[in-house]
Amino acid sequence: MNAPLSIERLLPALDHKHLDWLEEEAIFILREVVASFERPALLFSGGKDSCVVLRLAEKAFKNRISGNHFKGKLPFPLLHVDTGHNFPEVIAFRDRRVAEMGERLVVGHLEDSIRRGSVRLSHPLESRNGHQTVALLEAIEEHRFDCLIGGARRDEEKARAKERIFSHRDSFGQWQPKEQRPELWTLFNTRIRPGEHFRAFPISNWTELDVWLYLARENIPLPELYYAHPRQVVRRKGLLVPVTEVTPLQPGEQAEAATVRFRTVGDMTCTCPVESSAVNALDIVAETLTVTVSERGATRMDDRTSDASMERRKKEGYF
Amino acid sequence: MSAVLQDRVELPEDHRALRFLTAGSVDDGKSTLIGRLLFDSRAILADQLDMLERKSDGQALDLSLLTDGLEAEREQGITIDVAYRYFATPRRKFIIADAPGHEQYTRNMVTAAAGSDAAIVLVDITKIDWRASPVALLPQTRRHALLAHLLRVPGIVFAVNKIDALADPQPAFEAVRHALQTFAREAGITVAAIVPVSALRGDNITRPLQAPWYSGPSLLQLLESLPTTQERVDGSLLLPVQYVAREPGEQTDGTGHQPRTLWGRIAHGRVQAGDVVQLYPSGQRATVTELRRAGSTVAQAEAGQSVGLILDRQLDVSRGDWVGTPETLLPVQRFGATLAWLDAEPAVVGRKYVVRHGNRWVQARIASIGHRLDIGTLKPTDAHELSVNDIGHVVVELGQPLPLEPYVNNRVAGSLIVIDPASNRTSGALLVNVVR
Repeated sequence: MNAPLSIERLLPALDHKHLDWLEEEAIFILREVVASFERPALLFSGGKDSCVVLRLAEKAFKNRISGNHFKGKLPFPLLHVDTGHNFPEVIAFRDRRVAEMGERLVVGHLEDSIRRGSVRLSHPLESRNGHQTVALLEAIEEHRFDCLIGGARRDEEKARAKERIFSHRDSFGQWQPKEQRPELWTLFNTRIRPGEHFRAFPISNWTELDVWLYLARENIPLPELYYAHPRQVVRRKGLLVPVTEVTPLQPGEQAEAATVRFRTVGDMTCTCPVESSAVNALDIVAETLTVTVSERGATRMDDRTSDASMERRKKEGYF
Repeated sequence: MSAVLQDRVELPEDHRALRFLTAGSVDDGKSTLIGRLLFDSRAILADQLDMLERKSDGQALDLSLLTDGLEAEREQGITIDVAYRYFATPRRKFIIADAPGHEQYTRNMVTAAAGSDAAIVLVDITKIDWRASPVALLPQTRRHALLAHLLRVPGIVFAVNKIDALADPQPAFEAVRHALQTFAREAGITVAAIVPVSALRGDNITRPLQAPWYSGPSLLQLLESLPTTQERVDGSLLLPVQYVAREPGEQTDGTGHQPRTLWGRIAHGRVQAGDVVQLYPSGQRATVTELRRAGSTVAQAEAGQSVGLILDRQLDVSRGDWVGTPETLLPVQRFGATLAWLDAEPAVVGRKYVVRHGNRWVQARIASIGHRLDIGTLKPTDAHELSVNDIGHVVVELGQPLPLEPYVNNRVAGSLIVIDPASNRTSGALLVNVVR
């Protein structure tokens, strides 16, 4: 019989100190953004990584009253690109958190880009994940943001492993991996010309496990679909595909009820859950320690197309 | 394996993650070594293994496929840019800065070396004629070690790779070790260790080598024991002001001013409420009334930590200023430094650049180039300009005095980056040697 999980048992001194160090670094980067740019914004989707970055921003710029409550206001708005195919419970969570914190949320709608004609879908149920780039760049242009703070981590994917903490984007929003500015010590080169912008990644050096340990330690609220829940799914190419109105059953397929949780939460058309009975962040820490499939490998249809799919999307200006 | 899976392990005093870079040329086995470290410490998961197996066509797994992340890298089979990798043992967390070894990409090795606690220099034993006398090392081995040394990476480790390719590795390893020691002595390099490994077969990576001729640690045991770079917490305080924030809330000090918090990460020393500090450049003094850290009030803070200072009076202070123990900030306008040039456009004596020191940007020019260092021999050669991937000794003149310290004393006060104001590219890295 296993002893019940507790934060003390799962988090020995080594991990505690390491989380302290990661937090210190992330807060340093967030303050650097605010000090170096005129119109920054924080990308907030309601996903777990952006929830971590949001908590770090509260620690960087607000005063803690108690537990999850902070006094003060963030020195930047939050930005979300809504594909129109997001999980409704995540959108509800996003709006609830924003209201609780009293922050300003800017939403860029992919539907607007489709209406404007800047996005053309090849068929109505095509994954909108790649098309988010257009809506994102349109939001940057409209609001004249000069730096977007994102929750990307280098351990997620091979192209991300090459990413700087302060990453330059040209006037087309493009990432040019071969032209990256050398990043030495913490002397970030944040100089830009009009029309260009930066992406800043405060949790670059965090791993998936670090994120879950931090979520558990800090008791950070998350959308419920990160925890085990019953859901109708269909097994397709080794993935559990959720059955939704935008990902309907294909001829001959049979839906089944499974107890699942999401390891990542993105566009409904390309995000898959994993089977799990983990009901809180500590359970997930325990599962993450014994997991055998990488985060994106288990859950993302969009990264499976080719080795370079993330790199190609990033070059075009993706998150 | 993560620390969390183990019940009780004795932890080293030094809890910080070790940042190390790996340097090796094409075919030295660098990517295989990193793949092996990740693989043997279980940082690679099943789907990534599937991908490897698919690509290896039934041959032994090509662990290098795990690390080359860009399309161009896979096409050309070389590493172009620095990639960062993460793994952990029960005793320590590690961050690898995986730097390309090709001469053309030296600037990326410079990037990886800045801020690293250790460097692993890969030596391909099969490419060395170890029966010769004296044994000649490969130029890239010398270059990688000298670069790490010039950039003051504290722990330099030679990993003598591909011992699996030799029937009797002992005499070859002994000869190569002797040659490395001789070279290091001549160049003034302190070597943390010389370890034999086979990245391909996994010999002496995570488990010690079972061989009568080697009794030292495995590479991983060695990495677990190397010290991380810690700035001194005793002595004077030095803090570059990163960000000046108005305190949240409506309270004022009666003059209509809102109290402000000076945020910055302490470069050296410590601070507590009641300390008298002096600001640079204004020279004004004030007493610290309150310290904040990550949303809460704290009693004290020390080097490496970001802290918010609230002072007892309103002063003219902004990002880029310095806070220090009174009478300890000694600004200079001219200094000697090691310059690593990273830009395709050469460094030109007399041209105005912009440098960043701490959080301050100032104009600067290279007053003179003392000499360029031949990176194969470390011999000084005359030079009028420094080209991309060159390293030299220069004298720099600043548009405004800055409180510099030699890099060996303090990384924050002793490092600057050079920016070309025409292109905004990061063109060079300066390590302060002599403060005049």
